[in-house]
Amino acid sequence: MTDESFLLNLVLWLPAVWGLVLLFMRGDDEPERKLARRMSLGMTAFVFVLSVIVFMGFDSDTADFQYVTEVPWLGPMEYKIGVDGISILFVMLTTMIMPLVILASWKVEKRVREYFAAFLILETLMIGVFVSLDLFLFYLFFEAGLIPMFLIIGIWGGQRRIYASFKFFLYTLLGSVLMLIAMLWLVIEAGTSDIVDLLNYTVASEPITVLGFDIAGGAQTLCWLAFFSSFAVKMPMWPVHTWLPDAHVEAPTAGSVVLAAILLKLGGYGFIRFNLPMFPIASHHLADFVFFLSVVAIIYTSLVALMQEDIKKLIAYSSVAHMGFVTMGIFAANQQGVDGAIFQMISHGFISGALFLCVGVIYDRMHTREIKFYGGLVTRMPVFAAIFLLFTMGNVGLPGTSGFVGEFLTMMGAFKANTYAAFFAATGVILSAGYALWLYRRVVFGTIENPALENIEDMSKREIGIMIPLIAATLFFGIYANAAIDVFSPSVENLLDGYYAAVGTPESIVIAAGEGAPAPASSH
Amino acid sequence: METLNLLAAGPELILAAGAIILLMFGVFTKGEGAAVTTLWLAVGVLVIAGVFAYAQPGDTEYAFGGVFVSDGVSRFANVFMFFGSAVVLILSRDYMIRAKSMLFEFPVLVLFAVLGMAMMVSSADLISLYVGLELQSLSLYVLAAFRRDSTRSTEAGLKYFVLGALSSGLLLYGSSFVYGYAGSTEFVAIAERLKDGDAGVGFLIGLALVIAGLAFKISAAPFHMWTPDVYEGAPTPITAFFATVPKVAAAVLLVRVLYGAFGEVADHWWQIIWFLSAASMLVGGVAAIGQTDIKRLMAYSSIGHMGFAMLGLAAGTAKGAESVLIYLAIYLVMNIGVFAFILSMRRDGVQVTKIDDLAGLWKADGLSTFCLGVLMFSLAGIPPLAGFWAKFYVFQAAVDAGLIWLLIVAVAGTVIACFYYLRIVKIMVFDDPADAFDGPMLIENRLALFGSAVLVFVFVVGGLGVPEMAAEAASVFAK
Repeated sequence: MTDESFLLNLVLWLPAVWGLVLLFMRGDDEPERKLARRMSLGMTAFVFVLSVIVFMGFDSDTADFQYVTEVPWLGPMEYKIGVDGISILFVMLTTMIMPLVILASWKVEKRVREYFAAFLILETLMIGVFVSLDLFLFYLFFEAGLIPMFLIIGIWGGQRRIYASFKFFLYTLLGSVLMLIAMLWLVIEAGTSDIVDLLNYTVASEPITVLGFDIAGGAQTLCWLAFFSSFAVKMPMWPVHTWLPDAHVEAPTAGSVVLAAILLKLGGYGFIRFNLPMFPIASHHLADFVFFLSVVAIIYTSLVALMQEDIKKLIAYSSVAHMGFVTMGIFAANQQGVDGAIFQMISHGFISGALFLCVGVIYDRMHTREIKFYGGLVTRMPVFAAIFLLFTMGNVGLPGTSGFVGEFLTMMGAFKANTYAAFFAATGVILSAGYALWLYRRVVFGTIENPALENIEDMSKREIGIMIPLIAATLFFGIYANAAIDVFSPSVENLLDGYYAAVGTPESIVIAAGEGAPAPASSH
Repeated sequence: METLNLLAAGPELILAAGAIILLMFGVFTKGEGAAVTTLWLAVGVLVIAGVFAYAQPGDTEYAFGGVFVSDGVSRFANVFMFFGSAVVLILSRDYMIRAKSMLFEFPVLVLFAVLGMAMMVSSADLISLYVGLELQSLSLYVLAAFRRDSTRSTEAGLKYFVLGALSSGLLLYGSSFVYGYAGSTEFVAIAERLKDGDAGVGFLIGLALVIAGLAFKISAAPFHMWTPDVYEGAPTPITAFFATVPKVAAAVLLVRVLYGAFGEVADHWWQIIWFLSAASMLVGGVAAIGQTDIKRLMAYSSIGHMGFAMLGLAAGTAKGAESVLIYLAIYLVMNIGVFAFILSMRRDGVQVTKIDDLAGLWKADGLSTFCLGVLMFSLAGIPPLAGFWAKFYVFQAAVDAGLIWLLIVAVAGTVIACFYYLRIVKIMVFDDPADAFDGPMLIENRLALFGSAVLVFVFVVGGLGVPEMAAEAASVFAK
């Protein structure tokens, strides 16, 4: 372990260590609560600073893994962590969102120490997913994250929290255990659980017959499906998305933010890290299948979102629709598509996180999320109205916000791979404008008709403070998208080189090789 | 091979001598105090035998003219069984005194049962297998009915006895077939006879009956019917004992019979194990969902876990045997922790066993809730806890052997079982508090609960040497 890689280990483990300390601290009176809050904020902020230092030292010209730590572990496995261009941004996203989440939870009064402990442990587990370079280490973090999230929804959630927490846990578990079996098979075949080695390993793809069905792509397809079943649930893709609205609605605000901003990204990250590069032939065969699911997700869940009466549920469905763009972009398997998918995930992290925080702001005041209850907030809460407008626009994909770049790139990538998919996905953009703007009109515009809203107060300094980094990020990446794209495009290029080596370069796909990333957004 | 070779049977001899001496000691002393002394002495005997077993080199050595074998497998099983029983004995002390059942026979019977189990895992012959098994079973029948004044306990004992006798009959009947076709009762000779992989019909009938008899002992579905009733009816410390140590013994015995004597005809028996495994995982999962009594729930939980252990067994490889051993060791530790807590569930001095009694436990006892929660997540097989690694190793062996369909069943079983473990967590952590239990928890229960939670937690760091020890033990079966 070099001094450098020690930094990444710190980023990974510090939150959990502090979480455990909190858990075993004594007392639950006001002084202890205050300490727990402040120390949690301090620790997450410190971890963010550390991750910035890691980012400073990160060489974004290469696709290699950096800050690698390699220590022998149980049996044939290794404790191996490191970051490349793709994962570093997700790590940054996590470390950046967490202090905001802690700050957003300042008013939690129920089991305070446990609350912050759960979030801190969750932070480690999420970062762990992104930095793991051993297949089973990845699985460990991926799966263990269920426990704190289960508790967060179950303890601090709303009325139907128990139903939602069970659904969340069992749904995700089913997919994951299938993936575990595929992982075991893969590791036995390849003789290593090291992700870096596995990325260079070619999984057998001769057709095989299962129950009388010929499986094109053979073992690759079966493994692909097993991995897919796990990531698709996590993502979540239609039709296994139904846990998400429940989980979002019942989770406390901070839980929703973490869920939307980070946990959903684990699925997409998994697709990019495993499905696409490890099973290229299967990905190629099944791309149309994914396009179909993505397009259905984009259109269907957008329509469902239109009909929602609960603000959080509406945003949850819109998340599913936006994740549809991500899966579409990933399996378009070209530079724009994959770049766009990663970008869309990061940007969705800021925007959806902020939207859920906005909902939290009014929920904290009125204790309801029903759209009908609100209306005319602009007269009493101008700051809120402005901030909510910005993120609504980001959600719609207005040029100038980061939401635009991701949607544009994924659609461009999809257009090259499958014109129909891109065509239908584009209608989703219109629909998303529909539900988002309609929501905004109903909640913010108009005159106040509900007397309960007469005395509603505008956002406090703390609440505005939480929003500022998110606003900055949304605008910055909307205007200067290359700041992010340049970091991950070498890794994406490397990934796609391997992909094309396996499936051959179709003539219709033109790769902008050698130019690095395209720069579409900055020209707008 | 033809010698007595007493040293190889050292741990068993220590147990036998200890049990007999303690029996005499008990007869010639009177009162509860003396019974408690007997209990502590029995713990001492178990610990000495455990240390002796651990110190054995683990090389294959035969004793008593070839009917008894001491090797890595028996060493592995002995160490866990002896220490496990010692812990269960310590945990039972307080309960038995409260139930006014603290008689000197209790620790002595446990010692005899453990001796029987140690004989089982070391048997190299169908006769010694049967003798060991019966010594164990008879002691357990008596233990199940130990509270003579309680109808439920008596009923449990009787039920266990009748069904147990039936299964012993099946086992004996099967053994006679095997003997008839092999011309010998020794495992080595049977394996020799089957070397060409060709087993006749008579052999297979014998094999099937032997497996059925043993499946009863590990309560694998569809031979599991007795388990919930006996677990519920027997005094709780004895349930704790049933749920842990005899399961390990019977499962290891199954490994020994199937891999040792019938290893050459694995393609004939793996389907039986396949079915037992699939049925147990599903029955254990589905039937547990509706339970309201935690002891019954743990009964179904153990049925399910035996299904998972047999998943490794069905692989039919040395890796499979290794994974079963790891599974059993982890299972033992987790269950001891859970039962340490169940034993301390008392209100107004009376044992309560309803799951709802756990409601809102976090408020009264945060640390116990945390430990029990860790154990529940571990039993459910969620990483990074040890229960996950137990599943990990058996899955690995099964994938290696290509048992894909059984693995699909295992996935379903894992998710279904997860539901009821989560339910316990939900009741403890999410629900509003019920009345508090009598407190404070006894130091030994607390230590056992905390200790097993810590072990389950730190397993991920380096396996605590268990995988290595199991691999070494299972190398006996490497071809």
